[in-house]
Parts: sequence; structure tokens; C-alpha cells
Amino acid sequence: MGIETLIAGMPGTAAQGIIYGIMALGIFITFKLLNFADLSVDGSFATGGAVAAMVIISGRSWMLALVLAFVAGALAGLITGVLHTVLGIPDILAGILTQLALYSINLRITRNQPNTPISVDKYNLAVSLRYKTDALVTVLVMAIIIIAIMYWYFGTEMGSAIRATGTNPAMTKAQGINVNLMKAFGLVISNAIVAFAGALSAQFNGNADVNMGRGAIVIGLASIIIGEVICNTLFKKKRNFILTLLFVVFGGILYYLFIAIVLWLKMPANDMKLFTAIIVAIFLAVPYLKSKSNSSFRKAAKRGGKENA
Amino acid sequence: MLNANNLRKTFNAGTINEKVALAGATLNLEEGEFCTVIGGNGAGKSTFLNAVAGVWPVDGGSITIDGVDVTGLPEHKRAQYLGRVFQDPMTGTAANMQIDENMALAARRGKLRGLRWGVTKSEREKYHEMLKELDLGLEDRLTAKVGLLSGGQRQALTLLMATIQKPKVLLLDEHTAALDPKTASKVLEITDMLIKEHNLTAMMVTHNMRDAINYGNRLIMMNEGRVILNISGEEKKHLTIEDLLHKFEEVSGTEFTNDTEILSK
Repeated sequence: MGIETLIAGMPGTAAQGIIYGIMALGIFITFKLLNFADLSVDGSFATGGAVAAMVIISGRSWMLALVLAFVAGALAGLITGVLHTVLGIPDILAGILTQLALYSINLRITRNQPNTPISVDKYNLAVSLRYKTDALVTVLVMAIIIIAIMYWYFGTEMGSAIRATGTNPAMTKAQGINVNLMKAFGLVISNAIVAFAGALSAQFNGNADVNMGRGAIVIGLASIIIGEVICNTLFKKKRNFILTLLFVVFGGILYYLFIAIVLWLKMPANDMKLFTAIIVAIFLAVPYLKSKSNSSFRKAAKRGGKENA
Repeated sequence: MLNANNLRKTFNAGTINEKVALAGATLNLEEGEFCTVIGGNGAGKSTFLNAVAGVWPVDGGSITIDGVDVTGLPEHKRAQYLGRVFQDPMTGTAANMQIDENMALAARRGKLRGLRWGVTKSEREKYHEMLKELDLGLEDRLTAKVGLLSGGQRQALTLLMATIQKPKVLLLDEHTAALDPKTASKVLEITDMLIKEHNLTAMMVTHNMRDAINYGNRLIMMNEGRVILNISGEEKKHLTIEDLLHKFEEVSGTEFTNDTEILSK
């Protein structure tokens, strides 16, 4: 296969990347703003897909499918929130429990079908791999709307309270903010956005699979970190909140571009998760190693040695 | 303004680590009283402040602030009546947020937080003026992240945040202990200025006897979870460190070892 197939597939690649970027925006809320490692997203991404597929199969519009997926995700986030704040379960464990429970719940939603096809021939879908350019425009507009809402919301009094909760809970309490409520609410909106992305992803690929959320958290983190590294390199001190959000989505596109290239190079699809893990590890390690090499003991010793000589 | 009556608190009750931190501590502060709190390590000074702030529920006793019984209110609900500054400069502010955002968070203490802007333009102008009064050069760094500030700057900012809306009671928990002597005295000056300017009711825990004597119009000494010494009015004005040491021996029945580690002159 020549490079033409890769280029011809580019709008589709970008669209899928933006869908992952939207998911990463949701993960950004918990991971970056709330400082909460929420692993429930692997489950809620698939929940979004499952709910959307069932709504569409029942003959209702894709609009309702997206709304109900959003609500289902919000409920999933609420469960993690309750497990953590009311029942005192540590953040990672609370997320894992929800994720595990959602696997069964997702199968119930799809009436025990591990894979629910929603063909664009039979149903009217929001986005489809068949119409790549349309899909690209649609998801791009949606991503921009979500970024705009997030930018506004986290600048409001409520949004500031959520951000404060993430950076310093003790101070936040002293300012009269209910820290547990803020954490739970952050989880709710985060998982709602993730499920919304799951609903888009299922329609784009023409099916909702019970395993579609596997590795969602890592892909989300990959997008966030890739975006952050590039944004820091390009804008340095000029970086602000809206740029950060834009680059989260850009990170998603870039991530999926890597995947597309690797697939195009005929690497076995089963190795994809391994490949993703390696990408994330590299992007996590590079900033750390760079800062370490800037302030290393060996270099300090060398400098000191020269001065003394 | 503040009535803390017979407060009791035991940590790790029934275990080998059982520690009676408050054993019937009582304190009544009138409006405008600035009370310094001294006592050795483990005397219950910080515990007393935490009890008032509602970090955890007390085992016994009651706390009333300006006529409102707050004994049953959790920390975030009690916060509307209180301004707090902590020993660790990292505790009082959100490091990842801007100076103006931190101040705006404090300005909305006890108010319903809705979907209005977190910081408005008119607020920024007001904060600019307030920071200018501190004379720490912070007024031109409104949008800088608080994490970039020094410990002293952060404590001064926390003080400003604690008093941005007049608290019923200002709680200062050794808020200068982590600062170098020069910065500590600057922060103390700011503290005194703010308390006088707004006629605040305040409690200040300190390990420094001289500061405890020089500042405020009331002084209490704590020992083993109780208030053992209570000095106010004229007596407070003429108090010396020698008096204080003498009084401690009288009241506690033990000889004061003058341990500079515990209570520095």
C-alpha cells in the first residue's frame, strides 16, 4: 500500500483523534484539575457507546443518543464520587471498582451482546467513518463547543472552587467550600464528557463494543501529555487555559496519527496497546529526563571541577 | 464574640496512642479582643484552634460564635465565620492558582458559588489596592501563580484573604513560625495592622513570649489541654516575661524550666 492510502484516510484519522481528544478533555478535569486518578473512564467510555447504540437501534435520533450517553456517564461518575467521598475508598480503587462494575452494566445495556452494530445504512448517525470529511467537521465543532464551555465554566465561581479543591483541599475547606461535593461533581462532568465521546466513537466506527473502553484512560493521558509537551515547547510562558485545552484535543489527533501510521506500516493490530503504553511512557519520561539533565549532579561536579582547576 | 466552653478532645481513644489534647478548655472573647495563646509543645494550643475551626468534632463542650452555636457544623460550613492562617505557608493558599483567583475564592467564603465569573474586573482593581498596602510588590503580580511566592509573601496573602471579608474570629496558628525573623516581624506587623484596621476578634498561637506580650490585648497560657492563665486589660499591658514565668510556676505548681526550645524569649 502506498502513502496515498494513509493520506486518503487522514480526515478519518483526524476525526477519530478528535473524538479521543474530547474524551481526553473529560479526563483532563479529573487528572489535571481535581488531581484525581479516575480509572472509571475505561468503563464509562464503553457505557456511552452502549447507551448510544441502544437508543439508535430503538429508532430514536442520534441527538437523544448523545444526550442519554452524557447522562449515563454522569451517573457512572457519581458512583465513583460516592464510593470515594461517602464511603472513603481511595481514588484509584474507587475508579477501578466502578470500571469493573460498568463492564457488567454495559453488557446489560446492550442486552448481553458484546458487540452491537449500528450501520450507517440503517440508521441516521451523528458521525460515520463512511463520510469522513463530514464527520471531521462535526467532531471539530463539538470539540470547540466543549472547549468553550469548559473554558467558561472553570472561570466561574463554581469552577474555581473545583480547581481549588484539586490544588489544596485544606485551604478550600477553610474558604467554606464542600470539598467532597466538588470532587463528586468534577467526577460527574468528567465521566459525562467521556461517555459522550464514547457515543461519538461508537457511531463513527459503526458499532458499540463492550471492550471499546479498554485503555481509554491511557489514551486520554497520552493526549493530555502529548498536548502539554507540545504546548509548552511552542508557547512556553504564554501558555494559558484555552491553549492547554486546545492542545489536549491536538494531542488526541497526534496520538491517533501515530496509531494510523503504525497500522499503515502493517504492524499487527494486537500490538497496539503495547505501542500506546510505550508512547505514553516516552512522553511522560521526556520532560522528567530533560529537567534532570539540566540539573544533574554529574554536571554540577564537572562544573565545580573546572572552576577549581 | 467567641465562647468556647469546656472543650474536650481525646485522640486515638482506647488505644496505646491515646492522647488527651483538650481537657476542658474554656475561653470567652469579646468583640475586638486580640488574644495571644502560649504554652509548651502538646499543651493543646493548635488543637484548641482546630476545635474552633471545626477540623473534627469535639468530644465535649460547646462553641458559640457571635451567638450562633457552631458545635455541630462541619469545617466548610463554619468557615463563613472564620478567617484562618496556618503555620505552613503552603496550607493557606492554592499554589496552582493566580493571586487574584485565590483572593476571589476567599472573598466568596460562606457565599453561594454560582456561575458568575470567579474574578471580576472591579475585584481585580480592589485587590490591586489591597496588595499595594502590604508593600510587598505583589500588586503588579495579580495573575502570577501563588506557588511562585516566598513563604512570607504567601503568609501575608493568606492574612489578606482571611480578612478580605470581615471574619467573626481570626485564627492564627503559629503563622510566623516557619518564617525567618525579619519576615516574621513584617508579617506580624501586617497582622496587627489588619486586626486594628478592621477591629477583629483574633486568636494567635505563638511560641515567642515577647510577641505574645507585645501584641494583642489579651493573653492566655495553656497547659495539658486547659487554659491555665488568663491575662487582660492593664495587667496585660504591663506584663513582662519574668512575670509570665513566675505566674506559670504559681498556676501550674511546677517550676518553669525556661526551656528556650519550648518558649523562646
